[in-house]
Amino acid sequence: MNITKIVDAKGLACPMPVVQARKAMNEIETGEVLEIHTTDRGTVSDMAAWSKSGGHDLVEQKEEDGVFTFWIKKG
Amino acid sequence: MSNKKKTTIVLFSGEYDKAMAAYIIANGAAAYDHEVTIFHTFWGLNALRKDQQVPVKKGFLEKMFGKMMPRGADKMGLSKMNFAGMGPKMIKHVIKKHNAMTLPQLIEMSQELNVKLVACTMTMDLLGLQEEELLEEIEYAGVAAYLGDAENGNVNLFI
Repeated sequence: MNITKIVDAKGLACPMPVVQARKAMNEIETGEVLEIHTTDRGTVSDMAAWSKSGGHDLVEQKEEDGVFTFWIKKG
Repeated sequence: MSNKKKTTIVLFSGEYDKAMAAYIIANGAAAYDHEVTIFHTFWGLNALRKDQQVPVKKGFLEKMFGKMMPRGADKMGLSKMNFAGMGPKMIKHVIKKHNAMTLPQLIEMSQELNVKLVACTMTMDLLGLQEEELLEEIEYAGVAAYLGDAENGNVNLFI
């Protein structure tokens, strides 16, 4: 997977991760992929809902040592 | 007309926790690319007050109101467990601990995200608040302007 932009939102609380995701998404083109790291467990639901609403594709996600990583393709 | 979704929030309450909830939702909605409006009325207007004293001409009652109400978001009390001012100190401590944002930071961020902050002019008159005492770059309106935003809205909250 080609990752265009990586955002580190670790340690940030609601609503910052989604605010930062949106900011980064505005800076990339359709079809490009954003990688975002978070530690707030609410972001698991948040990123899924936010991607769906914005027409983006949550391609993949994982959790490792309390860090959540999401790959979202801009729609 | 734009086809963006709209979120409108009426902030009636003047407590730190309730205002915080309103501003978190507003910032979240802005991240959802909604057009967001927060309509501040009654005690919610205090969230828009500047924290320093602004010299303006006022009558006796208006002066009393001005003194008794919190001067700005940071001075608001809590709706529960206020403990005569200890509550807000504790909540600010845990906000810091959990790396969450304080209310003044949330308000600043909402302005950066172009959330429309509106002050209700009728209640400004009732509480004796003048434009000079409120933050810059906010709008002034009445119920019709609010309804104009809300009638096409997708999310509408009264806090």
